[in-house]
Amino acid sequence: MSDELRTDPGSRRDEGDPRAGTALPPGTAAPDFALPSTLDGPLGPGDGRGRPLILVFYPADWSPVCTDQLTLYQEVMPEFEKHDAALFGISVDGRWCHLAFAKDRNLRFPLLADFEPKGEVARAYGVYRAEDGTSERALFVIDPAGVVSWSYVSPTEVNPGADGILRALEDLAAKGVAR
Amino acid sequence: MRATRWEARLVLPVSEERDHVQGPGDAPVTLVEYGDYECPYCGEAYPIVKQIQERMEEQLRFVFRNFPISTAHPHAEYAAEAAEAAAAQDRFWEMHDHLYEHQQRLRVDDLRSYAQAIELDLDLFDKELAEHVHADRVHEDFLSGVRSGVNGTPTFFINGMRHDDPYDLETLLVALEAAAELGKGGG
Repeated sequence: MSDELRTDPGSRRDEGDPRAGTALPPGTAAPDFALPSTLDGPLGPGDGRGRPLILVFYPADWSPVCTDQLTLYQEVMPEFEKHDAALFGISVDGRWCHLAFAKDRNLRFPLLADFEPKGEVARAYGVYRAEDGTSERALFVIDPAGVVSWSYVSPTEVNPGADGILRALEDLAAKGVAR
Repeated sequence: MRATRWEARLVLPVSEERDHVQGPGDAPVTLVEYGDYECPYCGEAYPIVKQIQERMEEQLRFVFRNFPISTAHPHAEYAAEAAEAAAAQDRFWEMHDHLYEHQQRLRVDDLRSYAQAIELDLDLFDKELAEHVHADRVHEDFLSGVRSGVNGTPTFFINGMRHDDPYDLETLLVALEAAAELGKGGG
C-alpha cells in the first residue's frame, strides 16, 4: 500500500544508491583514528572500546537535515545509554565550528573534526563524497571488540532516524557481544 | 553490500482506549501525527489538519501522539504533559488546540491560564504537572515514534505507513483520499 501512496519516488532514494555499497560492511574491523573533538582531547574508536560505539557521519554542521538528525539523537540518548553505547558525530567541519554548533543546538555528545587531512576517516570507512567534499550521511555501530556490526548509508537529504541504531544495539545485545 | 533497510510502519497500533482520537472508529483512513507543541512546523501543520478534517468529515480518524524534542524546544515536554493532564479531565483536544494556537507562549503560567480557560480542575492540573504524573505516557508516545521511524516533527502516518511526502494541504489530502478509497475497497 505504501507505494501507491508515495507520489514522489525521489523521496526514498535509499534503494539501489550505488554509493551505499562502499561503506564498510558488518564483520570488518573498524579502522582506528584519533580526531580533534568538542571534548578536550582527541577521540577515536579506542575511547569507546568495551562499549558499543555509534559513529554518525553527517555532511555538515548547520545544514537543516543534519540538525534534525543530531537533535533527535541527543533526545534519544537515554535509550542508547541503556545499551551502554557511546555516540560520536563526525563531519569535515573544524573543531571551532563544531563547538559553536554543539552549543547552539544543545548537543552533549562529542563531535569529531575530520578536517585535516580532510575526510580521511570518512574515506577509511568508505563514506566520503569526493564530488561534494563531505561525508555521506552514514551510520555505523561498532561492537565492544572494535568490529563493525551494522552500517547504513542514507540519501544525504533523508534523516535516517534512530530506529536502525536501536535495532543494531538490540541485535548486539542478543548476540551477547555487549557486556 | 547493501546496508540494512527497514520499513517505516507504526509499531504501536492506534487504540481507542489509549489514544487521543477524533473521528469515527470505523473511518476508512486513520491519520496519526507525532507532534511537538513548540515546533513551528507542527504549528504550520495544525490548521492544515483542521482543514482536512473539515473536508473529509466522517471519512477520517485523526490521532495525535506526543513527540517533544526538548533538546530544541525547552517548553515542549511540559506542554505535552499539560495536554495529557487535560486528557485526564476529558479535555485533551481543547488543550491541544489552545497550545497550537498559542505556540509562542508555553511557560508554566501560560499553561495554567489555558487550563483555566478550558475550565479544568486547576488544583488537580497543578498537582499532576508538578508531579510529572503524565511523563511516562509522553515518553511512551515518544519511544513508539522513534521505533516507528519518526525522524522529526511533525511526522504523519496514513493507515499505519509513514507519509514521506510533503504535508501541505493538497499533498496530504490526495494521499488520504487515496488511502480512504483503498480502505473502502475492503483492503
